[in-house]
Amino acid sequence: MHVADDESAGAVRLDPDEAFRVLARGQLPRLLSVARRIVGDDAEDMVQECLMKAFQHFDQLRDVAAGPGWLTSILVNCCRDLVRANARHPDELDFDDLEQFSLFRHIAYEDPYPYSDSLHLDFLEEFGAEDVRAVVMRLPLTYRVPLVLVYMEGFLAKEVAEMLGVPLGTVLSRLHRGRKLFEKQMWEYAEQSNLLLRKDAP
Amino acid sequence: MIGCTEAFNRLWEYLDGTVEADDRALVEEHLARCRTCCGELEFAKELRGMLARRSSEDLPADVVRRLNQTIEELGR
Repeated sequence: MHVADDESAGAVRLDPDEAFRVLARGQLPRLLSVARRIVGDDAEDMVQECLMKAFQHFDQLRDVAAGPGWLTSILVNCCRDLVRANARHPDELDFDDLEQFSLFRHIAYEDPYPYSDSLHLDFLEEFGAEDVRAVVMRLPLTYRVPLVLVYMEGFLAKEVAEMLGVPLGTVLSRLHRGRKLFEKQMWEYAEQSNLLLRKDAP
Repeated sequence: MIGCTEAFNRLWEYLDGTVEADDRALVEEHLARCRTCCGELEFAKELRGMLARRSSEDLPADVVRRLNQTIEELGR
């Protein structure tokens, strides 16, 4: 169902250009936020490119309720094109080591806040939005995209599979490795950014 | 019956509801008798919640303004 044809739902009839602008205005903060997590400083260019492409192909959107996912899908593909050439190849990572890594156990073992009685929660509380974004940016794109879309943007794994044009099993596998990588990178980031020192004093 | 390693590797899928029914039962059986994995599960829940809460951020106003301008100019 196109926005302009949605009379049965009581929607005001809009010309397609204005219908696109309504959709784009509403989705802009989310699109920019997703782009910042996937490509960092190139986010503005990627959202610009996404808006242009989406506007050109707006007649292909049959169901207005699918608009947010449709725009996100276009954005993700713009971002993938940009970083594909520079992306670190996933096979360079040692997943045998990673598979056994547990951030929960690592925090307990290292005991970074000896005077805390809620060690694990205190560790998580040290991470603000900018810290989380910095950790996400350390992940290879292959794992970064599904992690951002599922755990930060609330898409279902099957929706992400459709966006990326890959089987659901591939997305689930990338999420599994992405979570492991994210946990490992959280610890390394905390060490490098002195997040482990703030609660040391009694 | 599964051990800690197998349960640990399925905890997020368990939380996400993406494990098969048989695996779900095995994870629950393990959790019923393992405090460490219950701790892992609680931590995974907190971490997942933190990721969702940190998803909102202050966006640069000048970038938002320029992109809104792009939207307004499309098709005009």
